[in-house]
Amino acid sequence: MNALELRGLEKAFGGLRVTADVSLAVDPGERRLIIGPNGAGKTTLFNLITGELPADVGSIRLFEHDITRVPSRRRAHLGLARTYQIVTLFPGETLLRNVTLSLLGLSRLRWNPLVRLDRQSALLAAARQTLSLVGLDHLAERPLAQTAYGERRRVEIAMALAQNPKVLLLDEPFAGLSSDERRDVQLLLAAIPREVTIVMIEHDMDVALDFAERITVLHFGKVEVEGTRSEVVAHPRTREIYLGE
Amino acid sequence: MNLWLILAGNSIAFGGLLFLLSAGFSLIFGLMRIPNLTHGSLFMLGAYFAVSLISWGLGFWPAAILAGLGVAAFGGLVERLLLRRLPGAELAQVLVTLGLSFMIADICLLGWGGDPISIATPSELRGASRIAGFAFPTYRLGLIVIAIVVAATLWGLVDKTRLGAMIRAGVDDPAIARVVGIRVSRLFTIVFSLGAGLAGFAGVIGGPILSVYPGLDQDMLPLALVVVILGGSGSLVGSFIGSFVVGFLYNFGQAMFPELAYVVLFLPMLVILVLRPQGLFGRVAA
Amino acid sequence: MRRLTLALALAALAMLPLWVGNSYYVNIASQILLYAIFALALNVLVGYAGLVSLGHAGLFGIAAYAGALAINNGATHLVAIVAALAATLVAAAAFAVLALRGTGLGFVMITVAIGQIVWGVAYRWISITNGDNGVAINTRPSPFGLSLTSTPNFYWATLIVFLVAVTAIAIVAASPFGASLRGTRDQPRRMTALGYHIWLIRFLAFLFSGLWSGVAGMLFLYYNQFISPQAVALGASAEALLMVISGGSGTLLGPIVGAALVVIMKNVVSAYIVRWNFVLGAIFVAIVIFMPEGIVPGSVRLARWCLAKLRPQVTEVTAAATPRPESGL
Repeated sequence: MNALELRGLEKAFGGLRVTADVSLAVDPGERRLIIGPNGAGKTTLFNLITGELPADVGSIRLFEHDITRVPSRRRAHLGLARTYQIVTLFPGETLLRNVTLSLLGLSRLRWNPLVRLDRQSALLAAARQTLSLVGLDHLAERPLAQTAYGERRRVEIAMALAQNPKVLLLDEPFAGLSSDERRDVQLLLAAIPREVTIVMIEHDMDVALDFAERITVLHFGKVEVEGTRSEVVAHPRTREIYLGE
Repeated sequence: MNLWLILAGNSIAFGGLLFLLSAGFSLIFGLMRIPNLTHGSLFMLGAYFAVSLISWGLGFWPAAILAGLGVAAFGGLVERLLLRRLPGAELAQVLVTLGLSFMIADICLLGWGGDPISIATPSELRGASRIAGFAFPTYRLGLIVIAIVVAATLWGLVDKTRLGAMIRAGVDDPAIARVVGIRVSRLFTIVFSLGAGLAGFAGVIGGPILSVYPGLDQDMLPLALVVVILGGSGSLVGSFIGSFVVGFLYNFGQAMFPELAYVVLFLPMLVILVLRPQGLFGRVAA
Repeated sequence: MRRLTLALALAALAMLPLWVGNSYYVNIASQILLYAIFALALNVLVGYAGLVSLGHAGLFGIAAYAGALAINNGATHLVAIVAALAATLVAAAAFAVLALRGTGLGFVMITVAIGQIVWGVAYRWISITNGDNGVAINTRPSPFGLSLTSTPNFYWATLIVFLVAVTAIAIVAASPFGASLRGTRDQPRRMTALGYHIWLIRFLAFLFSGLWSGVAGMLFLYYNQFISPQAVALGASAEALLMVISGGSGTLLGPIVGAALVVIMKNVVSAYIVRWNFVLGAIFVAIVIFMPEGIVPGSVRLARWCLAKLRPQVTEVTAAATPRPESGL
């Protein structure tokens, strides 16, 4: 059984085919890297998987469950989580509140208009725990606006981890980080247990190649090369795509 | 039959006036994403300016143009001093444009009093003309001509000139327009002044038909909103067609369903908004 | 410290008819309170949900008209109030379904259209609404035998309703639902990805906002014993929005301050300054220039700045202790 399977996924905007007949299968627990030049359609692919964009043609399966027609908001409840290329957090809130919101998304409590959110000790404890996973529990009460960019990128990841996802989509988690910060995130990702399948989009080849077990190369919305890390790195087409044809 | 033709004629004339009013609003909202809630006040201000200019001996047409220019200058000031500090701050823009409309309304009350003032129809367009065997006020025909001329001029400006190209680029994608080197801030001031000036000019042109009175601003603003919503913001074609649609809805609605006049006007707007949020011709989903 | 201030404010409000002798000013206070409820209700959408409604006077008015018509057709006050609020909820549901088709300015425009339609019906459907002449009612209710005809009694009743409203809204704001609502305002994309049902959250917020707008509308009806189309016009919706924005959206105190500002300007200042509209407009413009977030957040910022200048070493503590707008006052 595949953790995530895409079959013949297509998406076009007007005349522009952003995703062209993309099929791929990710094993449970696998660390998959998706690379490709700018405009290759990588983030669009993530948007299709999460349901933010409806696919024109094709199917998406999450652990054999066909989620192609499942509304975006339900996919989180089925174990899908993602981070965003641009940090997409709640600016006026503390780190703790940010992660709490993530936990709340899957809880029936989110509809409760009567109790105080601040008094939900179980929820807050779980949020604190997630923050400690990314090494930020000492900053739990810090307003997001007063944190550094590197810290915010880790909060991005914490948001996704908080929901105990089965499949985690990471969109350029290393973007804009200093080498120290990059190392922190690398350690963080390495510590994520095998119960979580990870699919990552990344530009930064040094860090990304370390992480990847299998790599999918996208170009103009199509899957051009796919295989293990060494296969893809050695493949002549990969070089062509990156150095221009 | 007579009645319908007269109603139709009035609708077209009113539509022409509405176009002069809303073209500016559409440009401002389409390019700058600012809901200019002062627009009705600018219309009224132009009319009041003309009242004074005419009372000092100026002819109708010079007064209309001067009043338009005056309001344009005022608009430019408002943009540079106030609106420029609020890019993207929707609520603040609402507060400031409404606040300004309060101030303008009160100043007009102070300056010109509370009684309605009529603007005399210019002598060359007095009386009635015979069109297809029916008598129709010449001024209203003139108004239609003016609207068409202004529409053609605006279309030429937007479609054929460099300024127009910059405006269109700004409407399509402000961020990229900046990157490409378009001086967006100066463009904004020009467009806002142009929109304001058009509104002021429209106020004068509408004077012989509507008169000028306190509250004119609040009567005209919702109509401009309806036109721009129906036609789609940032689209001159949309404003043009939308104006005449609203002109017809307004006049026929009043005549046929006096009990539901405003419903007849706003219900289609509602339906279109619900089905097609970007309006009939808009490219910018509001 | 905050509890003490709150208790003192409450005591002052409760004693108001006693220390303000003039019944004219007590009536002003009643108006401030009822408009504050309206502004707080609107703020649920504007401040917490990030949805700007320029048609909320429609809900306010539907409650008042429904109440007035019920009373004039023989209903008791209790029945009239229940009927009015029920009508408002139904209307709010309809408004919400239509308005939520749009986002951003589309939402605003749809609310304008709906508000204008309600106004159009009130203005022109003379057989039901009596058009411009409005609908008058003869009596105010007498809950538990206490007649609200007298100025102080009406004030106290309004104060009680106001306190219930503020408490209810505060509870919702501090609840998980409230946090979800604010989340949809800040990052709707992410909220969906996190598993939230954005449309439904907004819809429920609209109903809640509509309910309290209706309560304010009924208070308005009982205060004036009269309802006319003017209360449903675009200007009335704009006024409510201005109360929210000028006071500070997204806070509890902001709409209350904004309501006080507008009511005082309209009723008190207008007696002394003929050009009070100009002054009010100028105040709004000044707020945008100096305190664009609104009077309450702006004043908090100003106070913090002053404190920092006076006692620099206290800045850290103050910054941590200052209430964030989201959590309460």
